Amino acid sequence: MASAPRSAEAAVEVRDLTRRYGPSIALDGITLSVRAGELFGVIGPDGAGKTTLFRVLATLIVPDGGTARVLGRDVVGDLWDLRRRVGYMAGRFSLYPDLSVAENLCFFAAVFGTTPEREYERIAPIYDQLAAFRDRRAGALSGGMKQKLALCCALVHRPEILLLDEPTTGVDAVSRREFWDLLARLKAGGLTILVSTPYMDEADRCDRIALLQRGRLLGLDTPAAISGAFAGPLLAVRARDRYAALLALRDYAHARTVYPFGATLHYTDDRPDMPADRVAAEVTAFLKTRGLGPVSAEPIAASIEDEFMARMGAPEYASA
Amino acid sequence: MSALTGLLRKEAYHILRDRRTLAVIVLLPVVQVVLFGFAIRTDVRDVRIIVVDPLPDATTLSLRARLAASGVFRVVTVLPGADELDGIFQRGEATEAIVFEPRFGERLAQGLPARIQLITDGTDPNSASVRQNYAMALIGAWDRERSPARGAVRIEPRTRLRFNPTAESSNLFVPGLMAFVLTIISSLMTAISLTREKESGTMEALLVSPLRPWQIIGGKVAPYLAIGLVSMTAIVVEARLVFHVPLRGSYLLLLAEGLLFILVSLALGMLISARTSSQRVAMLGALVGTMLPTLLLSGFIFPIESMPRLLRWVSYIVPARWFVTIARGIMLKGIGIVYLWEPTLILIGMAAVLLTLAVRSFDVRLE
Amino acid sequence: MTPEHVSAHGMERVIDARGLTRRFGHFTAVDGITFDVAAGEVFGFLGANGAGKTTAIRMLTGLLAPSSGHATVVGLDVATQSEAVKRRIGYMSQRFSLYEDLTIRENIRLYGGIYGLSSAEVRRRTDRIVARLELESAADEAVRALPLGWRQKLAFAVALLHEPPLVFLDEPTSGVDPITRRQFWEMIYEAARGGTSVLVTTHYMDEAEYCDRVSIMVAGRIAALGSPVELEREHGVKTIDELFVRLARPDGARAAAS
Repeated sequence: MASAPRSAEAAVEVRDLTRRYGPSIALDGITLSVRAGELFGVIGPDGAGKTTLFRVLATLIVPDGGTARVLGRDVVGDLWDLRRRVGYMAGRFSLYPDLSVAENLCFFAAVFGTTPEREYERIAPIYDQLAAFRDRRAGALSGGMKQKLALCCALVHRPEILLLDEPTTGVDAVSRREFWDLLARLKAGGLTILVSTPYMDEADRCDRIALLQRGRLLGLDTPAAISGAFAGPLLAVRARDRYAALLALRDYAHARTVYPFGATLHYTDDRPDMPADRVAAEVTAFLKTRGLGPVSAEPIAASIEDEFMARMGAPEYASA
Repeated sequence: MSALTGLLRKEAYHILRDRRTLAVIVLLPVVQVVLFGFAIRTDVRDVRIIVVDPLPDATTLSLRARLAASGVFRVVTVLPGADELDGIFQRGEATEAIVFEPRFGERLAQGLPARIQLITDGTDPNSASVRQNYAMALIGAWDRERSPARGAVRIEPRTRLRFNPTAESSNLFVPGLMAFVLTIISSLMTAISLTREKESGTMEALLVSPLRPWQIIGGKVAPYLAIGLVSMTAIVVEARLVFHVPLRGSYLLLLAEGLLFILVSLALGMLISARTSSQRVAMLGALVGTMLPTLLLSGFIFPIESMPRLLRWVSYIVPARWFVTIARGIMLKGIGIVYLWEPTLILIGMAAVLLTLAVRSFDVRLE
Repeated sequence: MTPEHVSAHGMERVIDARGLTRRFGHFTAVDGITFDVAAGEVFGFLGANGAGKTTAIRMLTGLLAPSSGHATVVGLDVATQSEAVKRRIGYMSQRFSLYEDLTIRENIRLYGGIYGLSSAEVRRRTDRIVARLELESAADEAVRALPLGWRQKLAFAVALLHEPPLVFLDEPTSGVDPITRRQFWEMIYEAARGGTSVLVTTHYMDEAEYCDRVSIMVAGRIAALGSPVELEREHGVKTIDELFVRLARPDGARAAAS
C-alpha cells in the first residue's frame, strides 16, 4: 500500500480547540498532534467530545475557538482540499441501507473518481471478508459487517489519513478484534489512522492515545506510559462473594477506591508509598476478619482503565 | 464512472427500491386523471330527453321517432309547452330537451326555416357538449335525409346552466391537474429525498468527499426531473385518448414549459429541505408551501378572476398559476410563444432566482 | 408454587425456558434454547449481534410469540399470558428509557401510573430513588439535562419502580464512563441481593464476570451456560472474553458472520 507523505509536519495538529453546543461545552481547549503513520486512539465514554472532535477534523463542523490542521491544511479554510484526502467513517452507520455492498462501494469510489476494481489491492484484506455478501443490501448486514463495509468505502479512494469515529461501538467482541487486526494491517502499510472508541481495552492497540472526558484531555501519551503513570499500589482482590467483599472493603480504614473489575475487585490505598505486598497482606487479613471466606489480594499493574478512572476525579468511594 | 453518474445511479436505485415512492410516482398521475376525469361522466348513453311538441305532425313525429330509435336518447315525456322544463331539469328527470317551433312541419313544407330549440343541462359541462353535439348531428342527418328541396331546419342550441363556476368546459382541468401532479413530484418528493439523506446520516458521508453542492443536489434532483417529464407526457396522452381533451398547440412547447415549471418546483423543494433535516417537516413544508397554493390559487379548481383581490395578488407568486395559464393557452387555445412570452418569462425569472437560492442555501457543513 | 418452578437448588425459577424456538420464514433466529434463572440471580445473556439474543429476550418479555418450545417467566407462560408477564417484569432498553423533556419526578410518576402504583406510593418511591442517586438538586430538571451515566442509573431505578421479581437490561452501560458503569453494577448487585433477578445483555466482556451465571448464544443456540468460573475452567480459558472469541469463531476460521 502507498505510504502517507512523510513530512516533518504532523498529520494532525490541534490547538486549543473549543466547541460549544448551546450551554454545554463539547470540546474545552483540546491540544494534541498526531504523527504521520501513527495509529492514534481517542479514548473516552459518551459525551467526551469524540464525535465533535472528529467532525471538526473531517471539516464537517467549524470550531468556536482554536485551530485544527490536518495534513498541513486548515480544516476551515482548506475544506475542499481536505475532503479529497481524508477517509472518514462517521459515528453511526452512514452508508445506504437499500444499496448492496457492491453498489455502496462502487458509489463511493465513483464519487472520488475511481472504481473498486482499480483500488482492489488496497481494500482486498477487508473486502475479502465481505465478498460473500457483495449483493446483500447493506441494511441487512450485521453490525460488524457494516463497519467493515464502511471501512472499505472510506479506504477506496486512497486517503492519506483515516478518521474513524467509534467504528467498534455496538459491535460484538469478536468483530471488534477483527476490526483492530485490519487497522493494524493498514497501519503497517504506512497509513495514518485516528480512531475513537469508548472501549478502554482497545487503547492498548494504539501507538499513542488521548484520554477524553467531558471535552477535556485527561492524558496524552503511549498506552504504556499512561498505565505506567498510575500512582500507588493497586490490588486485585478475589473473593467468593464479591459484592459482600466490595462493601466490606469500603469500610476499611485505608481504602481509597474499591471498584469491581471483571472477576476481581481493584483496590487502591490512600497510602501511596506503602509497598504493595504489605497492603495486600493487610487487606487479606481484614477481609478474613469479616468472615468472607477464602480471599486473595495480589498487587497488579494498572491498566488504562484504572488510570482513566483515577484521572476522572469522580466521587471516590471511600468511607473514611 | 464520474461522480455525477454515480450519484444518478444511486438515486435511481433509491427510487426503484423504495416501493412507496415508486407507487406514488407511477400511480399518482394515472389515479388522478382517472378520478378527476371519470367524475365527469362522458358517456353518451341513455340520455333522457323531453320533447316539447305543441303541434305534432308528420314531420315532428318523424324526427321524434328518429330520436327514439337512435339508441342514445330515451324520450321521457312529450309536453305541449315548455313551462315545466325548468322544474324537470332541476329535479334531474331529464338532461336534454328538444323544443319544436309551432307549426314546424308546415313551415318546412313551405320552404321556410323552422326552429328547433335544443336545451342541454350544463351541470356537467363535459358531457353536456357531447350530448349536444350528438343531438345536433342526429337532427342534421335527419334533415339532410328529407327532401333537400324543402326549407332548412335551424337548430338553436341553448345550454341551461345550474352550477358551474367557470362556465367553461372542464377541458380546463387537465392543465391544472398537470401542475398539481408535477408539484407533488418535483417539490414534495425532492424535499423528502433530500431530507431523507440528512436524516439517515448518509449526508455526512457525502459531505466528506470532493462532491460539490451542485453535484449532490443535481444528482438527487435530476431523476425527479425526468420522472416529471414522463408524468406530464403520460397525463397529456391519457387526457387525449381517454377524455378527448384537445392539444391544439405545439406539444414541444408544452413540454418545454413543463420543464421550466418542473425546475421551479424542484428549486422550491430544495429550498424547503435546506431548512430542515427532518423528513416530516419537509413534507409539511412542501404540502403547505407548494401543494396547497397550487391546488387553491393556480386557477386549477377555483377561477382566479372570482377571488378576492388579496388572494389574486398572492396568486401572482404561485408558479403553478403561470403554468396553468400557459398550458391552457397551448392546449385549448392553440396559441404559441408569441402570446405566452409574459408568463414564460415570469417562470424563467422564478427558476433562475429560486435555483440560485437553492444551491446557495445548501450547507457544505453539518450545521 | 408448582414443583416445575423450583429449580434444583430449591429456589423458585423466575425464567424457565425449554426448547424455546422462533422462526421467521425459513430463518431460525432462536433454535431451541433451554435455560433457567433463579430468584436473586444476576444472569448474563451474551452473544454476538445476530446470534438471536434480541429475539430471545423479546419472547421472554412477552413481545414476541415463540414458534415452538415453551417458557415461563415469573411463573407465567410467555405464549398465553404475555400481557401478565409484561405487567410483572421490569425492562430497561438501551435505545429508550426515559422521556427527555419530562423531569425526573414526572418520569417516575408516569411509570408509576403505568404500573398501577398509588400516588402516595409513587411519591415515597420517588423520594427514595432521588436520595439513593443523590439527584435532589436535579429532581425537577428535564432528564435531557442529565449526563448519560445518570440517565442510565435513573432508568434502572425506574425499571425497578414497581418492584418486579425480574428485570431485563439491554446493554445498560453502553457508552457510559468506566466509573459510572461500575456504580451501575453495584446497583445491580444491590437489587439482586434484595431478591430481584436480573437478566442483562452486554458487549463488555468484563461485565460478564460480574454475573452469577452467563449464557453465550451462537447462531440461535446456547453454546455455553454456567458460572464464569466454571466455564473458564471447563474450556481452559482465563476470561469470558477468550471463551466468547473461541465460540463465536470456531477454529479461528472466519465463519460467515451475519
